[in-house]
Amino acid sequence: MIQIEDIYKSFGSNEVLKGITAEFKPGKNNLIIGSSGSGKTTLLKCIVGLHEPTSGDVLYDKENFTLMHFEGRVPIRKQIGMLFQNSALFDSMTVEENIIFPLNLFTNMSRGEKLDRANFCLERVNLAGKNHLYPSELSGGMKKRVGIARAISMQPKYLFVDEPNSGLDPMTSILIDDLISEITQDFQTTTVIVTHDMNSVMGIGDHILFLHNGEKWWEGSNHQIAHTDNKELNAFVFASKFMQAAREKL
Amino acid sequence: MFYSLGRYILLLRLSFRKPEKFSVYWAEIMREMVSQGIGSLGIVAIISVFIGAVATIQTAFQLVSDLIPKTVVGGITRDSTILEFSPTITALVLAGRIGSSIASQIGTMRVTEQIDALEIMGVNAPGYLISPKVITGVTMIPLLVIVSVALGLGGGYLACAASNSVTTADYIAGLSDGFNPVIVTVCAVKAIVFGFIITSICCYQGFYTRGGALEVGQSATKGVVFSCIMILFADLVISELLL
Repeated sequence: MIQIEDIYKSFGSNEVLKGITAEFKPGKNNLIIGSSGSGKTTLLKCIVGLHEPTSGDVLYDKENFTLMHFEGRVPIRKQIGMLFQNSALFDSMTVEENIIFPLNLFTNMSRGEKLDRANFCLERVNLAGKNHLYPSELSGGMKKRVGIARAISMQPKYLFVDEPNSGLDPMTSILIDDLISEITQDFQTTTVIVTHDMNSVMGIGDHILFLHNGEKWWEGSNHQIAHTDNKELNAFVFASKFMQAAREKL
Repeated sequence: MFYSLGRYILLLRLSFRKPEKFSVYWAEIMREMVSQGIGSLGIVAIISVFIGAVATIQTAFQLVSDLIPKTVVGGITRDSTILEFSPTITALVLAGRIGSSIASQIGTMRVTEQIDALEIMGVNAPGYLISPKVITGVTMIPLLVIVSVALGLGGGYLACAASNSVTTADYIAGLSDGFNPVIVTVCAVKAIVFGFIITSICCYQGFYTRGGALEVGQSATKGVVFSCIMILFADLVISELLL
């Protein structure tokens, strides 16, 4: 479980996050949503330690991550898998080498065991046999799936996903969402997804945190979101005519 | 300026923390050695032969007096090649070849979030990315300078053979005449320092790139320019201290 307590983050005089408190439970798809500039990615980066919060705490299973130094964070980081918006695969490495990379650094597995693990991860994301391709030879959707395979290679307890559907067609987006959801269920990971894709919100949003101007504006599930009377959330969720029509049918 | 200097020193300190796994770092050092060392051999060979040849011809042109023995040409070419031409010009050329490559490689990794990915995994990103490059710089650049010295003196020989200004026998006699071993020490110190300057400054510029493709290009340019300035400054300081 991940708890964030009263997180503030400023860049100079620009206050991006204003006292956000939330709890993300294992086995659930926890979605952080909000319009562009609302602080979603900044919050995610504060949780994983890429940004230091100006104040507030981030707790991983009750351990205060914010107070830890680099070395202290390493055991927790080994349990974190992250899929970046543009996948962030290492260009100079093949698909297989990308997946094996964390295993090389942090485990004493034999070469055979590492290859087995890489093949298992690739099968899990439906990319079996693509071991020797380079990231430049992959499509956007395949890169995302390799990113997921790399993220799960160390069997993480915590999975973070930044904009999993950006730049993907609707079919591939649903495929990626389903894959993340299956992994969350199968491995009981605490999954935190930053998105503004409404299909993801309605499809896999077990727990949704809506940010507005750096503040937590609403919290609930995808079942509750359609019936909320929160003005800003409604403006965000039902911005398109399609979603407005869908709401009327509900 | 002090902010940048402080950040540069802190980055170097982070870079030389205990590696997560030595074998992975060793593989990276070997890969860098091939890239920096073998990859630069061609350009170093070409410039060294030409510099040695030109130095010999120009020295011979200036020493026209009958009172000066022709063997002096070999001695002057030797000293200027070992002391200045090979280490400094090789370093300036390598700043362009290796330095821009390092800065743009690390800069691209920064703007495409690959460095963030390393940090999320718990990898000491400066250590993994920078230390192999700096270690390679301080080992391979001196080796390239040794090759450059040999080829530079060889270039001088070829120039003598091709022109009538100095005989090859006089040139070879001049190479060993009045040899002072301290110039080899100075050459080695310069090569090691220049190797460190090129790799560390360009790694620093790449590591703190912010933005996109435009900023990656700017980082590479800054890395090369600052490296060249620091090479010339270090050249002056080392010459003053050791000679």
